[in-house]
Amino acid sequence: MKNLEDLEKKINSELTTKINKTEIKHNQIYLETDKDDLIDICLFLKTNNDTKFRQLIDITVVDYPERSQRFEIVYLFLSHEFNQRIVLKYSISENEVIPSLTSIFPAANWMEREVFDMYGVSFKDHPDLRRILTDYGFEGHPLRKDFPLTGHTEVRYSEDEKKVISEPVKLEQNFRNFDYESPWEGTKYIKDEIESNDKKN
Amino acid sequence: MTKKIKNLNLNFGPQHPAAHGVLRLILELDGEVVEKADPHIGLLHRGTEKLIENKTYMQAVPYFDRLDYVAPMNQEHAFALAVEKILKIDVPIRAQFIRVIFCEIGRILSHILNVTTQAMDVGALTPTLWGFEEREKLMGFYERVSGSRLHANYFRAGGVHQDLPQGLEEDIADFCESFPKIINDLESLLTDNRIFKQRNVDIGVVTKQDALDYSFSGVMIRGSGVPWDLRKSQPYDCYENLDFKVPVGKNGDCYDRYLCRIEEMKESVSIIKQCLLKMEKGPIKSLDGKISPPPKKDIKQSMEALIHHFKLFTEGYRVPKDEIYTAVEAPKGEFGVYLISDGSSKPYKCKIRAPGFSHLQSMDYLIKGHMLADVPAVLGSLDIVFGEVDR
Repeated sequence: MKNLEDLEKKINSELTTKINKTEIKHNQIYLETDKDDLIDICLFLKTNNDTKFRQLIDITVVDYPERSQRFEIVYLFLSHEFNQRIVLKYSISENEVIPSLTSIFPAANWMEREVFDMYGVSFKDHPDLRRILTDYGFEGHPLRKDFPLTGHTEVRYSEDEKKVISEPVKLEQNFRNFDYESPWEGTKYIKDEIESNDKKN
Repeated sequence: MTKKIKNLNLNFGPQHPAAHGVLRLILELDGEVVEKADPHIGLLHRGTEKLIENKTYMQAVPYFDRLDYVAPMNQEHAFALAVEKILKIDVPIRAQFIRVIFCEIGRILSHILNVTTQAMDVGALTPTLWGFEEREKLMGFYERVSGSRLHANYFRAGGVHQDLPQGLEEDIADFCESFPKIINDLESLLTDNRIFKQRNVDIGVVTKQDALDYSFSGVMIRGSGVPWDLRKSQPYDCYENLDFKVPVGKNGDCYDRYLCRIEEMKESVSIIKQCLLKMEKGPIKSLDGKISPPPKKDIKQSMEALIHHFKLFTEGYRVPKDEIYTAVEAPKGEFGVYLISDGSSKPYKCKIRAPGFSHLQSMDYLIKGHMLADVPAVLGSLDIVFGEVDR
């Protein structure tokens, strides 16, 4: 489909029960769905002649620790034929296992490994779910919001033991996070004046 | 009597000149034939995404230089575009031209490095020496405009940091005149070279289907005959108004990808020339004082400018709640930024989509059945830089 609105209609009519919400912004379609429908939707998007989203651009997770469904899994697809992009999302809670896309998109392999490494989300039927970016023997999932920026351990070469060892982080000064945000937004009468000026212009 | 033959496991890297950085490749060999390749990455992981979540939008820019460090400004471009789209600000036309010029310089920087080191991997030393002389000149341009040769930190949301210094436009124009001759010299060494062809033709063949399945982009997909270039298909900044061709390969082997890169450098030169011709004087960053810092002169005289300066360099500008995925055609392929803002002055989440990550992932499938000596050739033509793969 050439047109984003048509595509949105098409997706909504073909996948009515599976899509919770659609939205067009920034020239892309944002879809919200549930974990169980993921494979069906991906197969549809990839194979249907009106969509042809044949490339999986990336998989990532957004961590919202305050929500009961903590992780939002995000998939980005690209269709070369129609020059369109789709963002597909769904939320899961912390210990849920989600389906792997490796059978549909081989490129998902490392992307899912990265998600597993960075957020600790596990995938069902993934051929080789190992850590990928962090060090051998690393513990924790660094991109979670509750993982400290400075980490837990640091490595160094120990002259005594003649090998690289890891120890708890010792910093001369802790990372300082200054709060510069000012709650003050200006007085009301000035705001009104600015708004009325904006309207005049 | 039958003897049981065991495959040999070979550890390639992480300190190997042909590994192009810190790649550890575990190869399973049957004689000299590779049966399986398992790349271990992450030796250069610096937690860029985590760091960006803890910095203001302006402070995040330098981290992008350190991703693909052979073409730093192309990465900054993706981030700047993402922030601009959320803030809905316009970029002055001169800034767009400057950004495109430096992105194309970045493309030439990256392609020279790749083509010449690939040649070195298969046994030719001279191209490296000739090519690096040109890279030095280009990095000189980087230095004159931003103050540093590599980690430029030059693009900003809403434009660029400073205008071009006097004389730089002329010098870039001179470079555009002299550089095509160097490309021809490099080609005369490599394109018809018997050894270079023996090492690259029909090595690491990628079919169209595989290029799609493995999320290839950039030269890796164009080399396989898919005419896909984000500068054409989803144009950003002033690429719409520029006239350039997209070279496409036929066979999808290492040699075609080499040819694509050579042609792309020629196109880049032509893009830079067009920009220099079309460029006019004017502002180089957004005029919105809430986003771009005021000039030093104003700070001395205007109270408002002083306040803006103070707020921008402590709190930073706030970005309304939104999410966006923006991609640019970096030299290595589609470089994307998936940015989630929450209304504060720091990104809530910034996922970086690096082209090299997808490309390196296919190593196992590309190298299976090839000889051990083809590993550096395939690796070279994937154009891997570990800054962006490991992030």
